[in-house]
Amino acid sequence: MRYLPKSDSERQAMLAACGLASPEELFSHLPPETRLKRPLDLAAGISEYSIVDYFRARAAECANGYPSFLGAGVYSHYRPVVVDTVVSRGEFLTSYTPYQAEIAQGTLTAIFEFQTMICQLTGMEAANASMYDGSTATPEAAMMAVRITGRNRILAARTVHPEYREVLRTYAKHQGLPVEEFGYDPATGQIDLEDLERRISDQTAAVLVQSPNFFGVIDNWRAAADLAHRKGALLVFLFTEAVSLGILEPPAGADIVAGELQSFAISPSYGGPFAGIIAAKEKYLRQMPGRLVGQTTDSRGHRAFCLTLATREQHIRREKATSNICTNQALIALMATVFMSLYGKQGLRELAEQNAAKAHYLAGRLKRRFSAPFFNEFVAETGSRRPADINQALLERKIVGGLPLERYYPELAGCMLLCATEMSKRSDMDRLAEVF
Amino acid sequence: MERKVRSHPTQNESLLFEISSPGKKGYQLPDLDVPPLDMAAALGESNVRREIEGFPEVSEVEVIRHFTRLSTWNYAIDLGVYPLGSCTMKYNPRVNELVARLDGLAWAHPYQPESLSQGAMEVMAHLERALLEITGMDAVTLQPAAGAHGELTGILLVRALLEKRGNPRRRIIIPDSAHGTNPATAAIAGYQVQNLRSNELGGIDLEGLARAVDEDVAAMMVTNPNTLGVFENDIAKAAGILHAKGALMYMDGANMNALVGIARPGDFGIDVMHLNLHKTFSTPHGGGGPGGGPVAVKAPLEALLPLPRLKRIGDEWAWDYDRPESIGRVRAFYGNFGVLVRALAYTLAHGGNGLRNATVDAVLNAVYLRKKLEAHYELPYSSPNMHEVVFSDDRQAKHGVRTGDIAKRLIDYGFHPYTVSFPLIVHGALMIEPTETESKQELDLLADALIAIAAEVESDPEMVKSAPHSTRTSRVDEVTAARRPKVRF
Repeated sequence: MRYLPKSDSERQAMLAACGLASPEELFSHLPPETRLKRPLDLAAGISEYSIVDYFRARAAECANGYPSFLGAGVYSHYRPVVVDTVVSRGEFLTSYTPYQAEIAQGTLTAIFEFQTMICQLTGMEAANASMYDGSTATPEAAMMAVRITGRNRILAARTVHPEYREVLRTYAKHQGLPVEEFGYDPATGQIDLEDLERRISDQTAAVLVQSPNFFGVIDNWRAAADLAHRKGALLVFLFTEAVSLGILEPPAGADIVAGELQSFAISPSYGGPFAGIIAAKEKYLRQMPGRLVGQTTDSRGHRAFCLTLATREQHIRREKATSNICTNQALIALMATVFMSLYGKQGLRELAEQNAAKAHYLAGRLKRRFSAPFFNEFVAETGSRRPADINQALLERKIVGGLPLERYYPELAGCMLLCATEMSKRSDMDRLAEVF
Repeated sequence: MERKVRSHPTQNESLLFEISSPGKKGYQLPDLDVPPLDMAAALGESNVRREIEGFPEVSEVEVIRHFTRLSTWNYAIDLGVYPLGSCTMKYNPRVNELVARLDGLAWAHPYQPESLSQGAMEVMAHLERALLEITGMDAVTLQPAAGAHGELTGILLVRALLEKRGNPRRRIIIPDSAHGTNPATAAIAGYQVQNLRSNELGGIDLEGLARAVDEDVAAMMVTNPNTLGVFENDIAKAAGILHAKGALMYMDGANMNALVGIARPGDFGIDVMHLNLHKTFSTPHGGGGPGGGPVAVKAPLEALLPLPRLKRIGDEWAWDYDRPESIGRVRAFYGNFGVLVRALAYTLAHGGNGLRNATVDAVLNAVYLRKKLEAHYELPYSSPNMHEVVFSDDRQAKHGVRTGDIAKRLIDYGFHPYTVSFPLIVHGALMIEPTETESKQELDLLADALIAIAAEVESDPEMVKSAPHSTRTSRVDEVTAARRPKVRF
């Protein structure tokens, strides 16, 4: 087999060196009742060509080349070629977590740059080496706030991505962390500050607000931060569309920022793998979950980097760790790092401006549900027709429409969430608008 | 040493922020085909930021050179054996990278219509079928993003089942040889951890277990083969002790690569387990992720699995959200799909017999290394090992040289170190896992290097203690890094 670099005679020589007559003897110490006494019922191995052929057939069964106006936490942005060139280098692709700093300076340096750029983007003072994704970064940020405040109640806006809230509930349920939600203003689509004020108490550890929120609306996180701080709670700022940070004011007034970097050259890939982030004020550094890279020197005095503050982590602290996480999403975070390097200070802003311009053009041709400013997503009303019917009509024109909102917000049954990015062509937006 | 490495220059490289200068560009956007937008007017004056302070400005050429230069400072499987015990650093087939990037899969949006996602869903269903056959379990979720995430999912499933039966119970039993993620996971799932001392062979102490298990124990988390690389011969009996008290047996599948095609957890009493696709199923570690941590369960737990679940309706796959007993989501969308694609490609390449052959070679390689090294390093447990072998630094410690020093010296010989100081039940552990994708030649070189170092420890211990000597970065001061953390430029 091509992945097994031994000839049969080498195998025999090795077995003989071990004093074994056959490979079967390697397993002779296993109790018979634990053994599988038949071959695995799986097809025989296939050639590389056949593997490619199989997956081409599966890929052809999916939406190929359809213009899409789906966002809702996963965005279609252009992926510069250089990104895959870099992450395909075996030295990045096939290395492990950089425990041995002397021979992992490549990965460590790139993560240090990543942490720095995440701080610059978010206005925070410290960022970790990345999380699984935005949805799991959300409960980790909430749990971090619980550790910092010593309180246990979590308040999440209903305008936070519905699946992020579901993950939050799963994590919180068994740790005795009640999660309560507060509503949104049906006119603006922003958080309902009065509802937040009613529900917040001196038991509240964290208030979670997403901006742009699930409706694409730039949310009033500053007012939420004021309310939270007045009650001694922390404001956790969430984002799903990282490109928005190229143009929108960074959430420097938040205490913890958690979000999703999929927009930074990470393929939609049917929902993963992505990379999440957690960033925070420096004073909360020791309460952060996940990996952190720090700067130091080597024994010759050269600048060097290494994993640091491991005393927070599971392999040292075991059941007292800040999290059970033992990896980041290094390769995916590297994609984002290369993306941020390529676009840089000017490019990310221009990219964000194009996104806003495209989405506003499309919104101008449709009926918007909410009045507050938005970035590259918005909720459209579908009038007398059901969102599903509009999407069906669009599919007949080989266009993937928006996300019907009824499943997540029954009160928005006549609405869909639409997204436009730099990849959305005007002609396709015009064709979409004609169907409405 | 010359047989494996000679020195060659590596290039110095500054940080991006140091090579940045205003006006340099690595991008060009397409022409805007819609009217330009007044940002302050459209987004709100107070919402628009001035600039991204400190963000780099570099050209495409510099980006390529920057990251290529950084890459040359890394060790990688592509450069040689990476014998990290428990981590299973095996070859990552490149065809897997290609198929994960096919447009129809890589650009599939998780909310696109099911009718236009059938290929992606079939990939997941196909992988589910293969994993069930390999593990002997009844149902599997692909949603968890990594091994530790799978552990959390698995323990939440245990809790949900016990709650359904009337009492979630309070304690989880974890052997002292376990990975640190096990106790951390139990704590996050709301359980107290009860440590169980291993017996004199490093395995499960059945008598100790019988004493520890009562109606307040929810489950035991066990790794099999355990972290010594030794198969737990009493695993079925241990499961019986737990089951008799209504508790469950959880298996950490970190070492499943020693069992594929040989033994199935579902046949020896396991109720819940996770798999590490980035270990057993060859998906790249990528410097620390992404991974994949599917969780396989026996039938009584199936209704509790995270939602949504794949469901066959006629000739088509659909997502089933109507799962009232589900523990809920552990992640948005459906899991690390791109990792699942790679794992399936690996499974297809080997096929059933091929996977078994891979297991045989993985165990053979570890047994072969043990044979070559046992005259030179102390073997604290003499039980037969499977895919990995654990030595201790007892003999070398007499010369003041510890496992961490030997590891650093191994770097000078052109190898990545083994896992240092784990499992904790072995004082000064050297935990070596070669995996099946190493040739005899590479293994011989590794063994020769370790034998040579054992001799150096006796002749020149100070030289070993100050290793590595050949790397561009010499021994890194981790103490200062932790004392005065500097985590950004």
